[in-house]
Amino acid sequence: MPDDTPRVPLRPFRRWPDEGSRRVPYWVYTDPDVYAREQELIFHGPSWSYVALEAEIPNAGDWKRTYIGDRSVVAIRDQDGGVNVVDNRCAHRGVEFCQRHLGNNAEIMCPYHQWTYDLKGDLIGVPFRRGVKGFGGMPADFDLARHGLRKLAVARRNGVVFASFGAPPPLEDYLGAPILELFDRVFDGRELKVLGYSRQVTPANWKLMFENIKDPYHASLLHVFLLSFGLNRVDQPNRLVIDATGRHAASMTWRGEQKRTADNAEMRSLIEDLKLNDPSMLDPVREFERYTICLMTVWPNLIIQQQSNTLAMRQLVTRGPEAFELAWTFFGYATDDEEMTRRRLRQANLMGPSGYVSIDDSEVMAFAQRGVRAAPDATAVIELGESGWREEEEHGVTESEIRAFYDYYRKVMGL
Amino acid sequence: VSTVVTAASFRDLSDGELRLAVDALLAEYTGCLDEERFEDWPELFVEDGVYKIVPRENFERDLPLATWLCESKGYMKDRVVGIRRTSVYGPRTIRRFVSGLRVLGWTGDVLEVRASYVAFETLVDEMTRVFNTGQYRDRIVVADGRLKFKEKLCIFDSTLVANSLIYPL
Repeated sequence: MPDDTPRVPLRPFRRWPDEGSRRVPYWVYTDPDVYAREQELIFHGPSWSYVALEAEIPNAGDWKRTYIGDRSVVAIRDQDGGVNVVDNRCAHRGVEFCQRHLGNNAEIMCPYHQWTYDLKGDLIGVPFRRGVKGFGGMPADFDLARHGLRKLAVARRNGVVFASFGAPPPLEDYLGAPILELFDRVFDGRELKVLGYSRQVTPANWKLMFENIKDPYHASLLHVFLLSFGLNRVDQPNRLVIDATGRHAASMTWRGEQKRTADNAEMRSLIEDLKLNDPSMLDPVREFERYTICLMTVWPNLIIQQQSNTLAMRQLVTRGPEAFELAWTFFGYATDDEEMTRRRLRQANLMGPSGYVSIDDSEVMAFAQRGVRAAPDATAVIELGESGWREEEEHGVTESEIRAFYDYYRKVMGL
Repeated sequence: VSTVVTAASFRDLSDGELRLAVDALLAEYTGCLDEERFEDWPELFVEDGVYKIVPRENFERDLPLATWLCESKGYMKDRVVGIRRTSVYGPRTIRRFVSGLRVLGWTGDVLEVRASYVAFETLVDEMTRVFNTGQYRDRIVVADGRLKFKEKLCIFDSTLVANSLIYPL
């Protein structure tokens, strides 16, 4: 019987507050032992991590280097059209053999001793296997089949590739029906086209990024740009969906107007006379059914952004307890005309490390990390909305997605 | 070099004089940004001027996404409104240095220029750090009797931005 005890013991005084997920102790954002246990139980556990869009690796031999947690992996397209995901670590001496983000090779060769693998990650050749001039060589019983690259489980849906170090349930069950329906709204089977990348390192714990997206409350207060133009405010129609486990969620809104009403009177940052000198930057067209914005958080490393016409995968890469990388892959559809592509690129000004909206988030997360660092035993107060969470809400005046996230997090982490 | 010269007379400048004129434009550019006179920054561009900050990986793969995209002087003015009024960010000082200026010559009415830049960032209670390095790829024209940017591309080397890129480079 397998031993389920986590290998990383936590210090005995790391005890979750009695209030449950309405409180978050600040040591979860800073403690190296908590971080090590997260790597083991979450990122290397039975979860589906986002790794690539198939459009990034369309041809046989195409590969993409990426991360799950803080571990480098490579997604490779093989000759059969399959996608294989392997550890970026040679089976011989541990060398990280792949050093670029994207590329194409007929086979994978480690530069150190030229151990060579096929596109499925199987070892196919070892130099000097039979020795040189009768000297040396590998033992006669050295079995290539037993020394391939570490292979991960792979799941694909409508052009999106996920991988796992563990054995999670099928992707569709993992996402659950309500989240799957929203996933398919953007990934409906149309071929995708990558528009480009943006990457930033934020000096904050990775969970703060999820909390930020799972929090429709802040958008009406922090984001002057967003709320002034009526792109996302809690006085507009809002809808929240949380999967049955609490780990994934989605927030949807419909665009409102740029005006003061009794309902937004408390939004002190709303600027009624804010106008763009060049309105072509923000010229959205109705593209998807129902919502103008849909932001999804998929446990444990993905945010799917549909903000008007700007579409992006935001992949979370952990870099120790106090930093994370956010890797943005902006995309459209292969069928987009030039005007639609231009619109997506212009609206991308709202997002990324220079985004009119996302600057506020990356800055505030850094402020949060600085605040919690020196006070590990103080706690966050997550009280907005009812005390627990429901799988559906028709408003955004709640922090229920955060409580749901921590209910699941604590279960996985044994906290 | 006098700043009150006609378009034609710019074409008559010697290589050395032209280089000094371009160097003066770049110093004016980094000067207004370093001193946070952001309102002066769009005025160094023509009305339909383009300003982009692009990660090198996108530039080399012909991927069209820019980290920062301005397609007109209006876009630049909007960015200044963002810096002054709408964005929430911690206080910082960014200082830019330009070197290796190369004036490649005129293509029609456009002067092609390349240079390396480095921007240092200083945050409150932190040591100054290298924030961003890269290449300026500038297309300069004569407008209103002086040199102005028609297009300025900042192609940056690191694939990673140190948190947020709030001021122009």
